[in-house]
Amino acid sequence: MDLNFTQEYEDFRAEVRQFLDDHKDAAPSQGDRSVRSEKRIAWQKTLLQHGYAARTHPKQYGGFGAAPDALKARIIAEEFSRAKMPGGMSGQGINMLVPTLLELGTEEQKQKYIQPTLEGTMVWCQGYSEPGAGSDLASLRTSAVVDGDDFVINGQKIWTSTAQFADMMFCLVRTEPEAKKHHGISYILIDMKTPGIEVRPLMTMTGFAEFNEVFFTDVRVPVTSIVGNRGEGWMVANATLTHERGMLGDPDAALSRLGAVAEMMQQEHVDGVSLMDNQVFRDRLLQLQAEAYAMKMNGMRLTTAASEKKSAGMAGLLVKLQGCELNHQIAELAIDVMGEYGMLLHDSPFSRDKGFWQTAYMFDLGLIIGGGSAQIQKNIISERGLGLPREPKPAPNSFKAN
Amino acid sequence: MYFGLNEDQNMLQDSVRRYLETASELENVRGFAEGDNALADELQNGLMELGVPFVLMPEELNGEKLGGLGMGVLEAALIQEQLGRHVAPSGFTAAYGMAVIGLTRAGDSEWLSRIASGEVVMGVGLTEATGGREGAGLTLNGDKVSGRATFVMGAETATHFLLTTGEQLIIVERGASGVSETALTMIDKTRHAVTLDLDGANASLVAGNNHADAQAKMIDGGRVLLAADTLGAAEMMLEKAVDYAKDREQFNRPIGSFQAVKHMCAEMAAKLEPCRALVWYAAYAQDNVPDEAALTSRLAKSHLSDVGKFVARTSTEVHGGMGFTDLLGLHYWFKRIGSNRQLLGGPQTVREEAAKLQGYVS
Repeated sequence: MDLNFTQEYEDFRAEVRQFLDDHKDAAPSQGDRSVRSEKRIAWQKTLLQHGYAARTHPKQYGGFGAAPDALKARIIAEEFSRAKMPGGMSGQGINMLVPTLLELGTEEQKQKYIQPTLEGTMVWCQGYSEPGAGSDLASLRTSAVVDGDDFVINGQKIWTSTAQFADMMFCLVRTEPEAKKHHGISYILIDMKTPGIEVRPLMTMTGFAEFNEVFFTDVRVPVTSIVGNRGEGWMVANATLTHERGMLGDPDAALSRLGAVAEMMQQEHVDGVSLMDNQVFRDRLLQLQAEAYAMKMNGMRLTTAASEKKSAGMAGLLVKLQGCELNHQIAELAIDVMGEYGMLLHDSPFSRDKGFWQTAYMFDLGLIIGGGSAQIQKNIISERGLGLPREPKPAPNSFKAN
Repeated sequence: MYFGLNEDQNMLQDSVRRYLETASELENVRGFAEGDNALADELQNGLMELGVPFVLMPEELNGEKLGGLGMGVLEAALIQEQLGRHVAPSGFTAAYGMAVIGLTRAGDSEWLSRIASGEVVMGVGLTEATGGREGAGLTLNGDKVSGRATFVMGAETATHFLLTTGEQLIIVERGASGVSETALTMIDKTRHAVTLDLDGANASLVAGNNHADAQAKMIDGGRVLLAADTLGAAEMMLEKAVDYAKDREQFNRPIGSFQAVKHMCAEMAAKLEPCRALVWYAAYAQDNVPDEAALTSRLAKSHLSDVGKFVARTSTEVHGGMGFTDLLGLHYWFKRIGSNRQLLGGPQTVREEAAKLQGYVS
């Protein structure tokens, strides 16, 4: 254990701080998530030039080309968060598609898609889940049939965030209906302006439409849009699912959210007594603080493992399950602290923090379910992490005889 | 920055683990629980040979050569984790953890050298400082001490007791005139604890003036060690549950293939694994991050108490009826985790202290 950074890293930290200091006015606000905002795209360009976005992506595709260094990545994240300035863009294109193309794309696909995606001018959405294919994703049924030089696509996707803004979709379709379910899938790239695509917003319990449904009717895309070979889409997609799991659950974010709840507990008064003076609330706060500390330290352990290019095993497998649950519980405490005011919608008179906590409480439940539900996470932890046997598959149609 | 164990630390932990795998196997623990003190004496000697008691002992203090290894609480916690893993009846936490931390901090090279020579084995009683009940509290009058010290730790092998009057740290000899001892029958039979009633007993004052600081460091360090003990015990309970779930068959398949059972195992693992990083950090902080030492000790102690309790009951449930029997001996781990939870302050008490530290209590 040595939590001090060597001079090389302290110098790097100073460099990041200097950059942030020099560019205060150029940064969009931290909460600005709007797609295609000029300020965000200009900021992304500045970050790319200085190596604070796409730091390790190859130069020839618009990245910065630095050697992977988990400690520098951590320093960048820490300093941007301390300065309350937004870091490089994230999103499914940058986090999932780009690593997939780098690993498995053709040279032409890399040239065409990676740079504009990193620059934020080409926006992607992910077409994986279907109404009948959630946790059992490989049972998906959206079909792509070859006709001349095109795939002709029919079917429906759901839970497609940013589909309403996206230029492109990376999508799983069934191309070999006769093959076993995992071997009949292909990974293709679809231009969202293609005729026959309809995007319908999907309103959720938060009151916002964070997702969409996407319908395909005889949508024609060139057969060259495939990544990897026909029938290998499951393997291609799994390369990106790993990236998604790593993306969720930032331990420093949990501690800073908790700090905001502590502040609220000091400010909120019931009959003149602050909620911080209520030992029941205080005990809940401290319980969550201990857990947030544990997750932060677990994250440090993962950083060290990553910097040594070692697998962190169990310490990595649990991050999504525990991280999402922790955030949900922090929001739950915040709402209980607000009491009746915790029932108010963001635009109501007397609402606190513009309704942030209510939305977070519900949205975090969505995160517990999405991206591999908590139950799927527990299967992964127990099967891959603890070596417990898989559940035997039921005999096909065993109850349908007659 | 490197967050993890180095080669020496891994080797230290491995050597203690290898020793305890045989020395502290279940049948020996059972023997101790049934009243035969042989295992505690054997462990005391065996650990002495491994150099374990010297881990926190400084190489020298006040110019006096003590021959210790001068390592930190992190190394002590790695040893303690193994002791918990093997539910070993050892006075390590008190004798070579807390007592050495306190005497080093106070600058008492004389008592340390008597500990280093093996002549003195210290038990520790600070319950009054972490929540005194049943009239606990000592009064010093000249060099005579009277009053009651409760839940004195390390009674398995102690020759002397390091106690507190609240302001001052004192040492009394076991069995000396005016020192009467009531053995407590613990549910956790892998530990001995006693209540001491002192009546004008001879007391040696620990050296130095800043006893409050030394006492605080003993409690911080002791809590980290108890957290590490729970980590080790819980990690063993998880492993036993997983092994049992792979082995035990019902409805013609291993019970570990049922999601109801495998999810219990996954929940244990998911809650327990981050505790390892928390214990490492809290232990490291004791010697290297002064600003966080007191806070992280309390967070680790309270969090491990809660996660430990969860693992203890869940592992027992995975074992079904067998988990409830004496035959399997799983209950030794269950009960060890239970006593770690209460020693030096239960989770609610410790969290309230952590709230005060951060200025959350007006």
